[in-house]
Amino acid sequence: MKFAIQVNEGPYQHQAADSAYQFTKAALEKGHEIFRVFFYHDGVNNATKLTTPPQDDRNIVNRWSELAAQHELDLVVCVAAAQRRGIVDEGEAKRNGKDAENIAPGFRISGLGQLVEAGIQADRLVVFGD
Amino acid sequence: MSILHTVNKSPFEKNSLDSCLSLAKEGSAVLLIEDGIFAALKGAAKEAQMKEASQKMKLYVLGPDLKARGMAEDRVIEGIEIVDYAGFVDLAASHDKVNAWV
Repeated sequence: MKFAIQVNEGPYQHQAADSAYQFTKAALEKGHEIFRVFFYHDGVNNATKLTTPPQDDRNIVNRWSELAAQHELDLVVCVAAAQRRGIVDEGEAKRNGKDAENIAPGFRISGLGQLVEAGIQADRLVVFGD
Repeated sequence: MSILHTVNKSPFEKNSLDSCLSLAKEGSAVLLIEDGIFAALKGAAKEAQMKEASQKMKLYVLGPDLKARGMAEDRVIEGIEIVDYAGFVDLAASHDKVNAWV
């Protein structure tokens, strides 16, 4: 079965980021397909590679990147939410005159159309938020 | 059409569980996750309401979220089934839609 996941909350702030990850991992372990994980609102903060949690804490950002690399996941960050919160890739940096980018490996910045498409293409859309 | 409803708020903090239970159709399923697990505990103020709801719909609680809050499984009201993340995935797959009461 094809699942799409929506994450509306940032890491270390609300359990939604952890719940979404655990659900995604469990679905993959059961052989389901993850069509896309869409990060919306504060959820875009899951995509900054500048995060440095203490060594004995889970690294939520790296965890997503690793899962994406293992399973070729499509991790999509909402562009409008990302611009507000300073989540930037090379293209966005150039376009907005920023001198740095911070998007973590495996993530890409795109628009809300990607969420709509995920809702249409996937069999189930599961939302995690506050 | 069967729907899996997820509730992630304590019923003592927000009224999302009440909204969910009053609007969910008979035969649907409700899964308590995150702080929503507090509705599944024996002896709490929601016990009677949950028992009544379990007559009309299937009630589930996420085991790892019980454990994360120090709640032993024997504290869960009879009639509420404990599932893990794999069980959560199965529930999402076996219902037509998943509705999060966030």
